[in-house]
Amino acid sequence: MSIDTVTAADGTGPLHGIGASVPRDDVDAKIAGTFAYAADLWAEGLLWAAVLRSPHPRARILSVDTTHAREMPGVHAVITAEDVPGEALYGRGRADRPVFASEVVRHHGEPIAAVAADHPDTARMAAAAVIVEYEVLDPVTDPESAFEAEPLHPDGNLIRHIPLRHGDPEAAGEIVVEGTYRIGRQDPAPVGAEAGLAVPRPDGGVEFYVGSTDPHAHRDAAAACYGLEPERVRVVVTGVPGADADREDPAFLLPLGLLALRTGCPVKLAVSREDSFMGHTHRHPTLLRYRHHADAQGRLVKVEAQILLDGGAYADSSAEALAAAVSFACGPYVVPHAFVEGWAVRTNNPPSGYVRGEGALQVCAAYEAQMDKLARKLDLDPAELRARNVLATGDVLPTGQSVTCPAPVAELLAAVREAPMPELPKDTPVEEWLLPGGPEGPGDPSAVRRGVGYGIGMVHLLGAEGSDEVATATVKVKDGVGTVLCAAVESGQGFATLARQIVQEVLGVEDVVVAPVDTDQPPAGAGSRGRHTWVSAGAVERAAKMVRTQLLQPLAHKFGMSTELLQIAEGKITSYDGVLSTTVVEALAGKELWATAQCRPHPTEPLDADGQGDAYVGLAFCAVRAVVDVDVEIGAVRVVELAVAQDVGRVLNPAQLRARIESGLTQGVGIALTENLRTQRGVVRHPDLAGYALPTALDAPDVRVVRLVEERDVVAPFGAKSVSTVPVVTAPAAIASAVRAATGRLVNRLPIRPQAAVVTGQ
Amino acid sequence: MPHAPHAPQAVALPASLDEAVDALAATPTAVPVAGGTDLMAAVNSGRLRPSALVGLGRIAEIRGWQYQDGHALLGAGLTHARMGRPDFAALIPGLAAAARTAGPPQIRNAGTLGGNIASAAPTGDSLPVLAALEATVIVAGPGGARREVPVSHLLAGVEMLRGGELIGYVRVPLLHAPQVFLKATGRTGPGRATASVALVLDPGRRAVRCAVGAVAPMPLRPLEAEQWIAGLIDWDNSRALVPDAVTAFGDYVAAACIPDPAPAADGSVQKLPPAVQHLRRTVAALARRALGRALS
Repeated sequence: MSIDTVTAADGTGPLHGIGASVPRDDVDAKIAGTFAYAADLWAEGLLWAAVLRSPHPRARILSVDTTHAREMPGVHAVITAEDVPGEALYGRGRADRPVFASEVVRHHGEPIAAVAADHPDTARMAAAAVIVEYEVLDPVTDPESAFEAEPLHPDGNLIRHIPLRHGDPEAAGEIVVEGTYRIGRQDPAPVGAEAGLAVPRPDGGVEFYVGSTDPHAHRDAAAACYGLEPERVRVVVTGVPGADADREDPAFLLPLGLLALRTGCPVKLAVSREDSFMGHTHRHPTLLRYRHHADAQGRLVKVEAQILLDGGAYADSSAEALAAAVSFACGPYVVPHAFVEGWAVRTNNPPSGYVRGEGALQVCAAYEAQMDKLARKLDLDPAELRARNVLATGDVLPTGQSVTCPAPVAELLAAVREAPMPELPKDTPVEEWLLPGGPEGPGDPSAVRRGVGYGIGMVHLLGAEGSDEVATATVKVKDGVGTVLCAAVESGQGFATLARQIVQEVLGVEDVVVAPVDTDQPPAGAGSRGRHTWVSAGAVERAAKMVRTQLLQPLAHKFGMSTELLQIAEGKITSYDGVLSTTVVEALAGKELWATAQCRPHPTEPLDADGQGDAYVGLAFCAVRAVVDVDVEIGAVRVVELAVAQDVGRVLNPAQLRARIESGLTQGVGIALTENLRTQRGVVRHPDLAGYALPTALDAPDVRVVRLVEERDVVAPFGAKSVSTVPVVTAPAAIASAVRAATGRLVNRLPIRPQAAVVTGQ
Repeated sequence: MPHAPHAPQAVALPASLDEAVDALAATPTAVPVAGGTDLMAAVNSGRLRPSALVGLGRIAEIRGWQYQDGHALLGAGLTHARMGRPDFAALIPGLAAAARTAGPPQIRNAGTLGGNIASAAPTGDSLPVLAALEATVIVAGPGGARREVPVSHLLAGVEMLRGGELIGYVRVPLLHAPQVFLKATGRTGPGRATASVALVLDPGRRAVRCAVGAVAPMPLRPLEAEQWIAGLIDWDNSRALVPDAVTAFGDYVAAACIPDPAPAADGSVQKLPPAVQHLRRTVAALARRALGRALS
């Protein structure tokens, strides 16, 4: 993979502080293999857990007999729904999900029982020895039939319905294009499968050692389930082995902690890959129908859309995902009249939840396909058509919210249009070309067509619709070493590095330690939608500035000047006139300075009955140009290059920024081409990494970062926008557009199936 | 996991093929293991709980190959990595090509030729090549017994391995002519075949032999298509063919391996589902390209 960027990160810049490519501090341990993940944890006398899952997507449970399992030597506890002491149901936003299914099973893989034993194999065998009698029922797996089907849950089958109405329903354009689109079920497929350790406390509570991405919410769920006060449940966050969705969520934690409480022993659960696929939530499979109206010049007049999210068996974050899908259904384009109806429904499919860019990704693939269709009908260059419609600051979204943040969409699109094309391998021998199908593959240059496509995507930052976004951070400094305490989990997004950079910048100290996270600290929220870059980093900055004032006040007082006239850089404090020059260590004089601060962005409001409202704090945009090679006889697709221009607000760490963009684009390649967790009548097929094809190094395209637009968002700390999500959202749309250009086919499904990328000549 | 209650009670590590057969005879429930790339996945997922293992990794005699009257006698313990190297590719280029595409390096380093035959997975990459080469398997039995079984008989279940028998060697003709293996996968990186085609030229017998993998439980041989195209090739000169004939060969192979459904009672013919149509197109393209490469 070659990397090409406009900002140099070759070590010529500063070594610390904001804007520097400060390396992560866990790099050495991760390379050496000494970094401790939850799966590496050990406790004296620990037991191993295993979970029994339903083999049926829908069934009535007639009986559960744990006698044999309990009698097996080495088994310490077998628990079922009857053993849950507190709230039987949990869930994000809506408590609708049982810890263990007791009367009915609503999806394949739903937990029925859990076992603690002295060996993982014993635990698995004992789980298999639990006898469950089912009356198998016909599953509802087609989300379109969920409306008519009998209720799968006491809460009904409709999780949320948003009828967005904006503008004049009678408006019509001269040109109309329609399309139906389907998006598959992407799995977060984290590099490290879920693992954790639960340890009982002397006070009757329990402690979790897990790579949780939202520790406080998970603690609260566990406390409610066990009927304990939240203070008696503690979540200690260990090394997180990759997260692009919720990790070690209550579905994983609740049985584990319950086993520890029941046995009085530490209990460890390290799930198999199959269990990982069955246990966590996935991206919402989505069906979208669109009608775009435009005038003869290609300017959008009206968009009508119907969006149906398959929420699976439980609500989880489907309501949030639907809000994003409906709000951004028209994309970063000016659309005067929009009528979008969205539904999230319950089925007997595996539960859907949050994966990066949820909601926004599905609609991006659809509205960009519509833009290609419109361009074809108008005989316009697809990039030119997009340029005629792009959104800018001051425009109004279909939700009625004005875009007040920087929205340099036109500039992003222009940048990727102007970027040089990848060079053709004309100087290398044909045998060395990397053709679709891979090295040593069946590729034949005469059957390969190259296509170029464009995608523009948008996401919202932070939680929406009135959710309280708040983070608290503490900064202390002693003997020239800074420490950050904040419950924002470093899940690979770079928060810990950013926190170090902030303290380096504000306090001029080079050594900064970020303390481990646990729920004794005040909450910082889930690590999704860019929250930590904005809210948690904002709290760290505020706390660091308070410490700075404490540090400088006595000096300023002594020299009769205000603290603003003093500067801290490279560990030295100097005054504007050079009279004062001392070091931070001297100024501290052995004292330890502390400060704690909160950051709470401006409030938002829920979408109303017409889908209108100022629901979002911030927006981020990016444009992607995809270049693909398609073997049009067998339908093999290789993404040659993704050129990206992104609205980042401000570059805080160039090296990390580039890594985040690359990882996001590669995840986008996955959903565009291969990633789809297939089900057959609700039964998950091939829950393993051979059947679920992630992109490999050979599938990852060259990434060309052509422009990072640094227009600071005045309401965000540092003016920076989170960068990880919007490339995930945009890449699939751009790749589909490029395959469309190469083959002339419709390409209305993700992932793109080989039969949709062949040119049959008929 | 040191205290696994179902860990095999015994692991035998014989040093010769006959010792391995003896070890199997001593513990009839033992399972032989070579690279373990399929077997251990089954053990780890709980689908297989062998009471004992006979490890074949220390049997030096089956980790190389020898020559025998115009044939190569390939040890069953040859790894895919070893078969992928240039010296092997000069002998049996089709098998080398299949070995190089068989999964990521970790799998190729461990997985063996004999294991590929024993697993008999539809997507086993070496199997269509062995079928096209009309290879025979030399099976070692108790008391030093050896018998030869055509690989196609084993894969089709016409003849089976008996209890206590092991795959010792694979006998493959040395054809000194182009051989091609092509496979279609879902991604650019290593992956399981959705369809594969092995094609070998046999100038001595003036034959073209072709086998299609992954579309059926065992490799399929389109015998009529082979004979038809062999009759068109000018074996004494450049072996050239007109492009139309190469294309027709591809379609012939595909139609033979993925036939149209039989007509219903009223004479109507149902169309193949789109996914199957695509598979047939893929096989046609692979077979056409394979023949084109073999003749170029």
